[in-house]
Amino acid sequence: MIAILTFSIFAAAMIVPLFFRNGRRPTGWLIALLPLGVTAYLASLFPRAANGAPETFSYNWAEEFGASLSFRADGLSLLFAILITGIGTLVVVYSGDYLKKNKNLGRFYGWLFVFMGAMVGVALSDNLLLLFVFWEFTSLSSFMLIGFEHEKESARAAALQALLVTGGGGLAMLAGIILLGQAGGTLELSALLSNETAVQSHPLYLPALILILLGAFTKSAQFPFHFWLPNAMEAPTPVSAYLHSATMVKAGVYLLARLNPVLGGNDVWMYSVGGVGLLTMLAGSYLALFQSDLKRLLAYSTLSILGTLTMLIGLGTPRALEAVAVLLLAHALYKGALFLVAGALDHETGTRDVTKLGGLFRAMPVTAAAAGIAALSMAGLPPLFGFIAKELVYETGLEFNSWLMAAIIFMGLSNVFVAGVVGVGPFFGRLVKTRKKPHEAPIGMWLGPALLTGLSLLAGLFPGGVSSLMVSTAVSSAAGEAVKVKLALWHGINPAFLLSLGTVLTGIALFAGRNILRNVLRKLEWKWGPAYFYDRTLDGMNVLARIQTRLLQSGYLSLYLIIIILTLSFGAGATLFRIKDISLPLSFSDFRFYEAAIAGLIVGAALAAVVLPSRLGAIAALGVVGYGVALTYLIFGAPDLAMTQFAIESLTVILFVLAFYHLPKFNILSSPRSRRRDIGIALLGGVLMTALVLIAVNVEIAPPISDYFVQNSVEQAHGRNIVNVILVDFRGMDTMGEITVLGIAGIGVYALLKFRRNRGGRQ
Amino acid sequence: METILAFVIGALYAAGIYMMLRRSLVKLLIGLGLLSHAANLLIFTVAKLVRANSPVIAAGEQTLSTPHADPLPQALILTAIVISFGVTAFALALAYRAYKSVGTDDLNEMKGTDV
Repeated sequence: MIAILTFSIFAAAMIVPLFFRNGRRPTGWLIALLPLGVTAYLASLFPRAANGAPETFSYNWAEEFGASLSFRADGLSLLFAILITGIGTLVVVYSGDYLKKNKNLGRFYGWLFVFMGAMVGVALSDNLLLLFVFWEFTSLSSFMLIGFEHEKESARAAALQALLVTGGGGLAMLAGIILLGQAGGTLELSALLSNETAVQSHPLYLPALILILLGAFTKSAQFPFHFWLPNAMEAPTPVSAYLHSATMVKAGVYLLARLNPVLGGNDVWMYSVGGVGLLTMLAGSYLALFQSDLKRLLAYSTLSILGTLTMLIGLGTPRALEAVAVLLLAHALYKGALFLVAGALDHETGTRDVTKLGGLFRAMPVTAAAAGIAALSMAGLPPLFGFIAKELVYETGLEFNSWLMAAIIFMGLSNVFVAGVVGVGPFFGRLVKTRKKPHEAPIGMWLGPALLTGLSLLAGLFPGGVSSLMVSTAVSSAAGEAVKVKLALWHGINPAFLLSLGTVLTGIALFAGRNILRNVLRKLEWKWGPAYFYDRTLDGMNVLARIQTRLLQSGYLSLYLIIIILTLSFGAGATLFRIKDISLPLSFSDFRFYEAAIAGLIVGAALAAVVLPSRLGAIAALGVVGYGVALTYLIFGAPDLAMTQFAIESLTVILFVLAFYHLPKFNILSSPRSRRRDIGIALLGGVLMTALVLIAVNVEIAPPISDYFVQNSVEQAHGRNIVNVILVDFRGMDTMGEITVLGIAGIGVYALLKFRRNRGGRQ
Repeated sequence: METILAFVIGALYAAGIYMMLRRSLVKLLIGLGLLSHAANLLIFTVAKLVRANSPVIAAGEQTLSTPHADPLPQALILTAIVISFGVTAFALALAYRAYKSVGTDDLNEMKGTDV
């Protein structure tokens, strides 16, 4: 059932665009029914996962590669999958209004569903190869969605960048998966989980770990691969909200959490995963401070959260994993809402620049309310779910050392600041005049943010119920052992709470001085970031490709042939020289006079075809070669070949004469020097072929299979001419193919002769 | 006789390659023809030559008497002859169309992708 579910989303990806043909515009509300239904079904699976008996499905796909279509819906998978389809439902509704006037909305929905299906597949796969396939589908759909507005060059460049970074990481991950399969003896995740010691003591553990981490880090935009994420903001805003904040970028985090029981729990894991996460957290938090574009602000703060999540998985304590699950959920709720708000602001006012937005509360009250509450959750204020998440992160930090705690506080500060700039700044203060006259967004565009913030509030107010259950089952999967989590809004006045209070107050102060801060920090901007190296690498590869293309694909046919012949001659020649005991058996005794005469005729005619200055002469010489070859067939027991050759040769000559009537006379076009070069190459090729024939005549590697045909021709096929029997009976299908080829060639000739391109009219 | 045919094949290959390296479209096609003769003859020769005894079973017999010519390479060559005729016909039509469209038969002039 869960497999059918996953593939039904892919089916929707193919069907939904069909509804949009001929200018029809079905509403997003209708289309959202599918993800809504999937969400409801996934939610109904939760009790089973919580009881430790998750729904599974398995079908043998390619056993010899260890690939099977196996799905498993345990707590972590379901948490992630529900997040994907739930937010997906809102994004589908939202896009219907956001892209109302876009003529490619059908295509947009198609790729959005491809993405959704792939993401659900990533979440539910129990086989690592299957997971990889879905993983690559998410990269691909992300590419198509970032580049959705493909007329914009910046969108295309950002799409390519995201694809190259995540796709490259995906390839590394594939290699890592295969190594992990070698080390653990299986590619089934549920089976790997019990093989922890075997995997970690295996010599392939370290390479497998590094390669898989590369895949996870590129996908989740971890330092130093983080630069693609802010650039991916070229995508339409619903895509940014969905792929590049709530779901896809968390796939790496999901994979790390998923593999934590197998790969984690040692120093290498802790320092690599935790360290990279820490760096990403710091980089994202810092870079967010001086952005003024709404979406880039959100993108960098997303980076800081992604870094935090990765770091927490690296730390790996039960409390850290609990923080991961809660923060993942809380961030998806508030950041999804804020992204959608940013889109609404852009849509209704025509700008995303926070310095040009202000005082919109009156014009857009519902959006403003949703934005405000989401911002409170992001800043980590009670009674919102974000508060619980932040308290857990702080408590985890306090379990470790004060340096780590300082870094976490910096992240918290940055998030309070961004929450203010995005969620509060545009709506309060003096009304700033914008290009479009602002008014409230349509219901489809405020419903999403409103629902998401409503959930933030509910989950914050009542943390004991559903959210505790979800988090407990998810954390149990990530920890590899049963963990009971009891979330609570109020933990009492403890160090974490005091630090958090301090963070919020400082953050508000920073927000008050936001314009000064931005200007100061902008002066410190640094150009030698990883993006610089990405650009240089890309330039370098393009230069290399150009040089290589110019060398190998010059457009001169003769050069291609020369390369082929020289490669063949030297490759085969080198092999011939290496094999010592090969002799060239020359025997000139066994021939009749007329045979030699025919051979001489062929060689003479071939020479004539080369040197004769007239076209008709050359064609006649070619014909003589053909007849000579036919006579040879006749002498050596091949009357069928001889007859065919005679007939075809005559036809060919006629064809050549007809065609040459329309073609120009022979001209000597090449210089004497290049002719000398060509003679050398031609002789080299000829000598090689002669040598090959002389050797091959005396070599018999396997007994000829002709004996079968000879023995069975009369008995089975009731024919006496064995060549004919082979062609029409034993290998009848091949002859069928041959006739098809001739038919196609005939159609091609007809088309070339009859149809002309109508030029001039259009140009 | 195999030795002599080996040299004939080498000569045909050399002639064919040389013609295919020319810049004239027409010569290229003649080279192609020479090359296909060379290839057919190569298959024929490598399978060992047997004079006269063609692979046809006499009436009343169940199988061939040895020595006999090998039927399998003959079937291959028969296919090759017919296919190379198709290729030649198509190539000639293509050459004709290319010459009419581009206005030259110099292959070195035909290296751009834009018409």
